[in-house]
Amino acid sequence: MARSSQRKWVTGYLIAVAAIFIIYQFLFPWEGLPIGIYDFLQLWLPPTAVNESLVYVICALGLNIVVGYAGLLDLGYVAFWAIGGYCAGWFMSEFFYQINLHFFGSVARTAPGIHVNFWGVLLIGGLVCAFFGILIGGPTLRLKSDYLAIVTLGFGEIIPQVFFNGDDIAGFNLSNGTKGITILDPIPVGAKNIGPFDFGYKFIIFVLLAALMVFISLRLRKGKLGRAWLAIREDELAASMMGVPLMQTKLSAYAVGAFAGGLGGVAFATHVDGVYAERFNFSISIFLLAMVVLGGMGNVWGVIIGALLLSWINSTGLPAFGTTFNDKFGTSINFPSFTFLLFGLVLILMMLYKREGLIPESRLRLILHEGDAEEDLTSKESK
Amino acid sequence: MEVSGASLVGLLLIIWLGVNLIKAPTQFAQVSVLGLRNGLLYALIALGYTLVYGIIELINFAHGDLFMLGALFSSYFITIWFHQKESNLAGWITFGFALIGSMLFCGTINVLIERFAYRRLRRAPKLAPLITAVGMSFLLQFIGIKWNGSTPRQWPTVIPHGDFVVAGVIISQVTLILILVAAPLLSVLTYVVNKTKRGKAMRATAQDQDAARLMGINVNKTISFTFAIGGALAGAAGLLYQQSVGTTNYNLGFQLGLIAFTSAVLGGIGNLNGAVLGALLIGVVQGLNDGLPIALGQRWSQTVVFTILILILVIKPAGLLGKVTTEKV
Repeated sequence: MARSSQRKWVTGYLIAVAAIFIIYQFLFPWEGLPIGIYDFLQLWLPPTAVNESLVYVICALGLNIVVGYAGLLDLGYVAFWAIGGYCAGWFMSEFFYQINLHFFGSVARTAPGIHVNFWGVLLIGGLVCAFFGILIGGPTLRLKSDYLAIVTLGFGEIIPQVFFNGDDIAGFNLSNGTKGITILDPIPVGAKNIGPFDFGYKFIIFVLLAALMVFISLRLRKGKLGRAWLAIREDELAASMMGVPLMQTKLSAYAVGAFAGGLGGVAFATHVDGVYAERFNFSISIFLLAMVVLGGMGNVWGVIIGALLLSWINSTGLPAFGTTFNDKFGTSINFPSFTFLLFGLVLILMMLYKREGLIPESRLRLILHEGDAEEDLTSKESK
Repeated sequence: MEVSGASLVGLLLIIWLGVNLIKAPTQFAQVSVLGLRNGLLYALIALGYTLVYGIIELINFAHGDLFMLGALFSSYFITIWFHQKESNLAGWITFGFALIGSMLFCGTINVLIERFAYRRLRRAPKLAPLITAVGMSFLLQFIGIKWNGSTPRQWPTVIPHGDFVVAGVIISQVTLILILVAAPLLSVLTYVVNKTKRGKAMRATAQDQDAARLMGINVNKTISFTFAIGGALAGAAGLLYQQSVGTTNYNLGFQLGLIAFTSAVLGGIGNLNGAVLGALLIGVVQGLNDGLPIALGQRWSQTVVFTILILILVIKPAGLLGKVTTEKV
């Protein structure tokens, strides 16, 4: 992508970030704010929804590396989210009360449990996920692409189930089962501790994480590895003939994608101040896929837009619209239940009519419409 | 190395089965029978996956949800539209019509899905139809939520729920009815695919679409026909499930669909006999795991099935009866 357009995207996002931070950090708690505006913001753009959408952005950027760059379909991305979340649960709370281990933690030294610094946990979460990514990818990446989708799907089902049933694994409490792990340590930034309700500062932290993922995505894409991923996505056979090591390249896409999932998992855990096994379900994997597909597979800026948009619609837009609509017309339509319809339609319609996404990557558009000329032949036959 | 991995898994399996068989023989037989009964249902669904995969190499993620819609259709047909709540002659007649209705209903939906979504993507890169199928699955689940409600729903059933006891093993009448319905369906399917002209066209299309077209086979019609058969089997499975279990839920299709898909892969995807064999095996393994004294128990049931799936794909991707295929260039 041209340098100037890239600069435009970055400037745009920076302005949006600054505006949102000012609104929530200074305007929102201000007593002089008219109650109408306050209610409007609380209904249509509550701070929790903004922060949650950023978690989706982090994960969608990770999935974009796997699906958009390397062209491997991963339907079990939620597994990495869960593993990252439980890393936060294990290393940032009093859950393992038998042990007393502190590593630059943000709580008093006398507190039981493992208390590792938030930034350390981010790294741990990311690396553990990357390890699992390689573990699951290693034996399965040799398979045909559609089998891979199924294996990842199975993996995405197994991992949350292990956590769900994990309160008694041969007598050992790994995950506290359905009760989940709650009350995580605050995030230390210098001398300040950022608790679960410090939305403004947490927003900045999540923005930084998302920016890190953007940076990683853009840098990798330009480099040798990124070009190898694109080559594999476009034609695996040709790429291997040109000397691209298939397994190694695919595995690294998997590992980087999983790393982002770990970051997202840790971020999400601090966002909701806990980890709950039943939150990690198949729909999340599909939501993330829809975000990548809607925004434009392979295009970082598009994926961010897709993630923000769909996450907002899912968490705030639909319920808020439903409340307003039902109040106005005296109906009682359950709008949040329309998420299934929405996400299903996004996937189907995008694939049928605009496979390259809303903000397409020019290179991908060419590939995705490769077979279109022949398509006319097939449709004529039926007449 | 790969062979030793497979034999190690096999050995562990045999030890586990052996210990349990010696410890509790009656229970062993009992849970096997239950497992076989579930396996028959899985077989009907698994065939839909295998038929579609065999002909256009697409994992039809929406197939499990089609089964769910079949179950909902049957519930409404029998209980709400025809008010049958007990097992009597009227109930049986409604059951028969519900079977036909559900098969037609699901077959039609499946054909429509293929016509309006998958057909346009036949030449597109593989990622596109796969993602469309996932979207379709969500769409069908949405219909399920609107139709059934978002919580599980209980239904009265019109088939008898009594038991026979054979040598200490309880066999429910439901099992017999399942066999009586499923077995003829499976035989008809085998006959159609192997002995009729349509079946020949299906097999030719599966081998090479372009060559089949050159030989005068109407490829589009053949693929539609395949989707119709697969859908009809899912519809039959929906009715049988709803009548034997008595509850429906909108996300029923997701779990059962995955189990059925695992069965299809275990047997060798694309292979009809393989799908049935795989489904029966998965049913029995699941039954054994849920009911045996030395086993992981019901709460790990899904995990066991998915672990089997991953193990097969890693050790023997072609499945038990499948032929090794290389990627076409």
